[in-house]
Amino acid sequence: MGTNGMNNRRKFFKASAALIGGTIAMSIMKPLGLMAQTDSDDNTQEKDKLPLWGMGVDIEKCVGCGKCAEACKIENNVPKEPFYFRTWIEQYTVKNDGEVKIESPNGGIGGLKQSVPDKDIFKSFMVPKLCNHCTNAPCVQACPVGATYISPEGVVLVDDSYCIGCSYCIQACPYGARFMNPVTKVADKCTFCYHRISEGLQPACVEVCPTDARIFGDLHDKKSDLVKFLQKNPTEVLKPHLNTKSRVFYNGLSSEVR
Amino acid sequence: MEEHFQHLYQALSQVDGYIYPNEIDLHWGLMIVLYPYITGLVAGAFILASLERVFHVKVLKPTYGLALLTALAFLLVATMPLVSHLQHPFRSYEIFMTPNSTSAMAIFGFVYLWYLMAVLLLEIWFDYRRDFVIWSKTSKGFKKLFYQLITLGINDTDEKSAKLDDRLGYFITVIGIPSAFLLHGYVGFIFGSIKANPWWSTVLMPIIFLFSAMVSGVALVMLIYMVVSWIRKVDIDMKCLDTIARYLLFILIIDFTLESLDQIHRIYEAEESFDIISVLVSGKLNITLLVMQVGLGTIFPLSVLGLFQFYKPSERVRKFFYFLVGGMVLIGIFFMRWNVVIGGQLFSKSLSGFTSFKTVYSGMEGSVMAAVWLILPLFILAFLLWLMPPWKKVTYHE
Repeated sequence: MGTNGMNNRRKFFKASAALIGGTIAMSIMKPLGLMAQTDSDDNTQEKDKLPLWGMGVDIEKCVGCGKCAEACKIENNVPKEPFYFRTWIEQYTVKNDGEVKIESPNGGIGGLKQSVPDKDIFKSFMVPKLCNHCTNAPCVQACPVGATYISPEGVVLVDDSYCIGCSYCIQACPYGARFMNPVTKVADKCTFCYHRISEGLQPACVEVCPTDARIFGDLHDKKSDLVKFLQKNPTEVLKPHLNTKSRVFYNGLSSEVR
Repeated sequence: MEEHFQHLYQALSQVDGYIYPNEIDLHWGLMIVLYPYITGLVAGAFILASLERVFHVKVLKPTYGLALLTALAFLLVATMPLVSHLQHPFRSYEIFMTPNSTSAMAIFGFVYLWYLMAVLLLEIWFDYRRDFVIWSKTSKGFKKLFYQLITLGINDTDEKSAKLDDRLGYFITVIGIPSAFLLHGYVGFIFGSIKANPWWSTVLMPIIFLFSAMVSGVALVMLIYMVVSWIRKVDIDMKCLDTIARYLLFILIIDFTLESLDQIHRIYEAEESFDIISVLVSGKLNITLLVMQVGLGTIFPLSVLGLFQFYKPSERVRKFFYFLVGGMVLIGIFFMRWNVVIGGQLFSKSLSGFTSFKTVYSGMEGSVMAAVWLILPLFILAFLLWLMPPWKKVTYHE
């Protein structure tokens, strides 16, 4: 082999090593925050000024009218078919013999009706469900490309133009709050109506709730309705053992609810 | 889309108990069953080749080259089911461009590339380089051109260069063993790390995937060795075949022990998900788990291979049963992947009900496509064997 060949090969190895090294360095630097300005003191102060959105759900107030689920579908262009929901209501009926019946026909849209005769019912209640906007979101952890992320205001969002549609986030969500949108072919979920709350409005489901069973607000704002709700009521999150640090808090959550 | 909706309406009518409304659609179908299956075959075949190379199990020599090329043929196809399952396959490159460092799936992309580029291709190249040079002088047409190109201009054929190839090849195989472990252990981690799913979320998942991968890869190479020998009309080296079968038995015992441990642990701890999982196993997965995976895929091969350690029938009978056992093991491991991937999505994360799964024939997720992804590696292997037949090699490693 000639010296020329040797040089070419050396150049090729050098270039390859630089390319591979560069890629790896970028991949490592990014999560460690070593790349310019991702988490500087200024940004942290900025972040503190931002709201931290959350939701309270008062199970004792929900009547299962389904208006929230319906409004959500209209507001967010969620396909009408009964397999796609950003929010839905579950009706729990504990019978006298201890059996638990859970129903949510069409996510509760059109109103939930009791199918168990009164005499057999021990207790019954409605549980609105939605994305829990977890602080330790398993979906964000699992997304291979970072298309799912937490906004500075604590809202778990999906970048439609970036999602590859692998469904790993759907598998990772313990609450069944995600679905694959058949139109956009990307993962879809509740955004707390990010487009509305950014304009100072309430999420559509909160806006239409006739009994104020859903309380939306800023967890940083001590005067917000949400903080007051959390102060007054013993609240719980869904599946606390999974340590997702959910930001949707339930009052009156019964142990039957998963 | 209409067809998909119809399919979902049908599934909706078959829901048993309560499931979250977004759970009617199974997001991972047949393609995701194939993905760990094919990756497992690769890892298993490579580990069998490594036994000969690194641990000097010389009796396995007839299968060394075959095992490496089998691993390559299947590895080239391994990502295809994964990519074809994506809703946006043309965005798949983002996994490499902007990987999310906390995602098991993102890191797998790099593990795969490392294994393909740094281990398998290099090992095969070092193993064949001198042969490529020699063959390039004796062949014509496409083969000659291919051999000339693939030597990458390194045309030394002397003893010294052959020794260097051998040393580097050995070194790569040594790195290759943990890499193959990493490759398939990682596939297990993709499932095992999903805490939302109690059927998947077990710390044993990576190691179970690893041993089941070895089981399937060894069985595949055993079958391919027999078939290739029949096609070439050469005698099967029975010592080699008996040894492979013995290794298959040992790995199968470890695999079965690990999987049993996982189930015993679940039964004994009986956590909140236990009720739904026991209904899943005895109901929805009745045939695929108890009959196909455990019965035909594990107990039957264990019994036959175990018996042959004490009683050796004639070569003819042994060959017949090795062939049968190899096939059964491959079917069993396919259903093991099925039971993990599909089984894990059949019950609701509300732990209160089941959805159903029906295979479709057509489409990217259909069984026809699945058959294509399973048969294609065999064609690639046939091509590789034509192009670089291990039995025509003139250079052998020490």
